[in-house]
Amino acid sequence: MAAPKHPGFSTLSLHAGSRPDPTTGARATPIYFTTSFVFRDTDHAAALFNMERAGHVYSRISNPTNAVLEERIAALEGGVAGLAVASGQAALHLGLATIAGAGSHVVASRALYGGSHNLLAYTLPRFGIETTFVDPRDLDAWRAAIRPNTKVLFGETLGNPGLDVLDIPSLAEIAHGHRIPLFADATFTTPYLMKPFDLGADLLFHSATKFLGGHGVAIGGLLVDGGRFDWEASGKFPELTEPYAGFHGMDFQEESTVAAFSLRARREGLRDFGACMSPATAFQILQGVETLPIRMERHVANTRKVVEFLVRHKMTESVSYPELDTHPDHALARRLLPRGCGAVFSFNLKGDRAAGRRFIESLAVFSHLANVGDARSLVIHPASTTHFRMDAEALKGAGITEGTVRLSIGLEDPDDLIEDLARGLRAAEKA
Amino acid sequence: MELTVEGTRAYAYTGGKAFDAKLPCVAFIHGAQHDHSVWVLQSRYLAHHGYCVLALDLPGHGRSEGPAVASVEAIADWVSAVLAAAGVERATLVGHSMGSLVAVDCAARHPAQVARIVLVGSAYPMKVSKELLDATRDDEPLAQDMVNIWSHSALAHYPSNPGPGFWVIGENLRLMQRQKPGVMHVDFAACNAYSSGLERAVQIECPTLFILGERDVMTPRRAAADLARAIRGSRTAVIAGAGHNVMGEKPDEVLDTLREFLGTSA
Repeated sequence: MAAPKHPGFSTLSLHAGSRPDPTTGARATPIYFTTSFVFRDTDHAAALFNMERAGHVYSRISNPTNAVLEERIAALEGGVAGLAVASGQAALHLGLATIAGAGSHVVASRALYGGSHNLLAYTLPRFGIETTFVDPRDLDAWRAAIRPNTKVLFGETLGNPGLDVLDIPSLAEIAHGHRIPLFADATFTTPYLMKPFDLGADLLFHSATKFLGGHGVAIGGLLVDGGRFDWEASGKFPELTEPYAGFHGMDFQEESTVAAFSLRARREGLRDFGACMSPATAFQILQGVETLPIRMERHVANTRKVVEFLVRHKMTESVSYPELDTHPDHALARRLLPRGCGAVFSFNLKGDRAAGRRFIESLAVFSHLANVGDARSLVIHPASTTHFRMDAEALKGAGITEGTVRLSIGLEDPDDLIEDLARGLRAAEKA
Repeated sequence: MELTVEGTRAYAYTGGKAFDAKLPCVAFIHGAQHDHSVWVLQSRYLAHHGYCVLALDLPGHGRSEGPAVASVEAIADWVSAVLAAAGVERATLVGHSMGSLVAVDCAARHPAQVARIVLVGSAYPMKVSKELLDATRDDEPLAQDMVNIWSHSALAHYPSNPGPGFWVIGENLRLMQRQKPGVMHVDFAACNAYSSGLERAVQIECPTLFILGERDVMTPRRAAADLARAIRGSRTAVIAGAGHNVMGEKPDEVLDTLREFLGTSA
C-alpha cells in the first residue's frame, strides 16, 4: 500500500464536512432554510429524539448547513466535533456551562477580551461560577489559583490587548495534573496559525465573526471539542459521566468515549440555552473558511510590513507584536506560532488622547470601529472609545496608555495601509 | 454494565437500557484498537426495540480490564464466557473487522450460544501488511494515522455519527489514541495470525450476513468472498459509499440492514 496521506489544510478548508448536494447536485453548500425536518415515520421520529439514529429534528439543535461548518472546523482544528452558535460569547458560555455550574470555579487569564471578562467577572458569579484571574505569563499564579472545585483553565491564544502568547503546553500540563481541561479562545490565531489541540488544549472556541468569516458580515461562534480529555478518569465531571435526568438518564461518556462533551453541549446546551446559529450565518462563515489559509497568509504578511513601518516611525513609542524581540513572549511565539502572530496588535503613539484622536480621524483606509479580523483594516483608540471612562491611572492598570491604538490589519495593498498610517501619524504630530 | 469474566472486570454498553437477558440478545464485537462506542447508534436503537444488547469492550480495551487477548480464538472464548456471565443463552453476534473473525470463530466453536452472525467490514485471511504491522509495534501514532486514513471513504458524512456536527475521522483517530499502549499490535497481530477461518466457516450453521463497505480499502469486498462462499447460505449486503468504518460512515444504512436481517432470519 502507498504511504497514507492526510488531506492538507487548504483541502480541508474547502471540502471537510461537505459534498455535492445529493438531491440537486449543488456543489456549494446550500443554505437549508428550514426550522424543522420531516420524519420518515413515527419510529424514525422516536429514534431521532432518543439518539438512536443520527439526523436533524429542529434547527436549534442541528441543521445541515451548520453541520458542514461544524465538521469543517473540527477537521481544521484536529478535534472530534464542532458546535455552531450565535456568537463567540455564546460559544464561551456554552463551553463553560457544559462543565461548570453553581459552586464551580474557573481560573482565567486576565488578558481577555472585554466581553469574556464581563461574563466571567460579573455575570457567571450570579449563577454561582466564580473566576480567579491571573497573569497569563505567571505559571505559578495559575497553579496557586486552582482549587478543589476548579473545573477549567481558560485563556486566549493571543491575549488582549498586549498579545500575551498563551503557553498552552505548560498550562495543559498544569491543568491535566489537576485532572481538569484547558479551554482556549483561538479567535486571533485561527487553526491556520496555531492548532491548540496539538499543543495540549482540550476545548477551544472561535468568535467566527472575526478571521474565520473574514468578511465582517456575520456574527457567529464555534465551540470545538478536542476529544482527548478523559472525563471519566478525571472524576470531576458528573455532568458527563453520570446519568443525566434531562436526557433519559443518558451517561454521555458511555455513549461516546471521545465526544461526551459535545454530546452534552448539543443535547443540553443548544436545546436549553438555545443560542443557535442561523443557517444563513453558517453559510456566510463557510465562505470565509474556504479561503482562510490564503487570507491568513496575506493578513500576516501585511501585518509584518505595517509593524516594520511603525517600529521605525518617530511618532511611535512602542509596538506590541510577538514577532518583535522586544515582546516578552517573543521566544514562546517563535515556538508556538511559527506561521505568524496574527493581524491584530497595539502600538503606543507619542502624545496624549488628543494625538490619538487626531491620528484616528485622519485615516482614510482604516475604518474606525469596534471589531477585528475583517478583510478591511480596522482601527480603534481605546482611550477615547472602549475605555473612555478610565483616567490615565486606570488605563495603566489595563495595560493601555492614552496613546494606545489597536489595529486589525486587513487584506489591502500594504503600501496603501502604510501611506494611510503615515498620514495619521503626521496629524498626530501636529496635535 | 459491568460483568466479571474469568475473574476480570468486563464492560458492556447496554444501549441506554437496563439489561434484560430474557429478551433476544445482540452482542456487538468491536474491531482492533476500538471500543463499544463504535456501535452506539445501532446498539442503542436495538436496545429500545425489543432486544437486549451487549456492546462489548474487549479485554484491555475501553473500560474492560486485563491485557488485550492475543488470538481470535481466545477472544471468541472470552465472548462465549461473557454471554454466560450475562445470563444469555443465545445471541446474535455482530462483529466489525477483527470482531467479525471473532464472530466466525465463536459461531463455529460455540454454536449453541450463537443464533446468527453479522460480519461487518470483514475479510479472510485478514492479512496485515508488514509496514502496518511493524508500525503497530514500533510507532503507534503512525499506525493509527495509516488505519484512520484507510478506514474512511470521504471527507463528509451525512448525517454523521453519532449525529450532525461530529467529525467522524477525528473521532476514530481519538478513539484509537485512547486505547492503552501495546494493544494495537496485539490486535493486528491477532488478525494477521488467524488461520482457521475457512475451517471454521464451513462448520457454521447459523444465518450469516456480511455487511461490506463498497469503498473499503482495509478489507476490500473481494477479500470477503472466500469466507462468504464457505459459510453456507450466507448473504452479503454492500453499503454504497462506505469505507472500512462502515458503521461510522453509514450508521443508518448499517442499522437498517441489520434490522432487516434480524427480522427475516430465523
